[in-house]
Amino acid sequence: MARYSVLIGFFIMIGGFAYMLNLTNTGEYNPRDIPTEFIGRVAPAINVADLYNESEVVKTSDMKGKVWLFNVWGTWCPECWREHKYLMELSRAGVPIIGLNWRDERPEAKDMLAKMGNPFLKIGYDPDSSVAIEWGVYGAPETFLINAEGMVVAKHAGGVTAAVWEKKFKKFFVK
Amino acid sequence: MNYLKIILLLALAFLFANQAHARFETHDFATPQMEKDYNVLVQELRCLVCQNQNLADSNAELAQDMRLRVYKMLSEGNSKDEIVDFMVLRYGDFVMYRPPVKKSTLVLWYSPLIFLAVAALVVVSYLRRQKKEVKEIVDKQQQKKARSLLDD
Repeated sequence: MARYSVLIGFFIMIGGFAYMLNLTNTGEYNPRDIPTEFIGRVAPAINVADLYNESEVVKTSDMKGKVWLFNVWGTWCPECWREHKYLMELSRAGVPIIGLNWRDERPEAKDMLAKMGNPFLKIGYDPDSSVAIEWGVYGAPETFLINAEGMVVAKHAGGVTAAVWEKKFKKFFVK
Repeated sequence: MNYLKIILLLALAFLFANQAHARFETHDFATPQMEKDYNVLVQELRCLVCQNQNLADSNAELAQDMRLRVYKMLSEGNSKDEIVDFMVLRYGDFVMYRPPVKKSTLVLWYSPLIFLAVAALVVVSYLRRQKKEVKEIVDKQQQKKARSLLDD
């Protein structure tokens, strides 16, 4: 009897391990994900200069009354390049996206947008993480969805794909 | 001989690799208390990029920027608690290396005690059973019986 219970315990452990491994593999579970603190909270300020126009300040309040995406990216981040094509698609479909160019060099960022297209209405330039820390960003890309009342209602860490859009963001844009 | 040299060189290489890594920015502090607070904070706040390191140990870029933010906030007269609250508000309890004891962290804090109790129970019951078995083997009357059975 005792021997069987040990065996059963062992199989439960193996099963649990395989289950978590599968979730990790399919991208359902990421052990490095940090629970989001911002859902249901007023969107933090941006308040940094625009990537192209240094005398213009990009502000959260610019987007008052709109549903919009806030996308954190950098040319140093491979996933950002991968995600870029889809952001272009979204922007062509009329989704307003404000970018945050994080810990990057202005010329390199402009280069990338010249090559790949610019899906952003405005781009804050954040070389020292001052905005990133304000938004609790810990990696790139990260995308927040802000509703018309200025609240963060959804967030995704990692590249935005069609599947992520369908699952997390799309419903907030349907009028 | 040659092996010894190689091993020695490798050991030296590791020694210096470590030091080359440990070069961090330095700050000027207005008061010794501020420096103390800074050192405590960078020890207790987690680097969100390399998640098993604190800010003091990590050279990730975000960790550098977070250290700078801690320094700036201290310079502006914020207290230690205010800075921890600021980080927790943005990154959650996860940013603290010592998470607070509350409902969601009860398992984290007390499961080691439960494991210990379970392990102790298992050990105790195992030892008891073994004692019984030893007793049974030593039981002389039974041994006699066994022998007489064999003799038949």
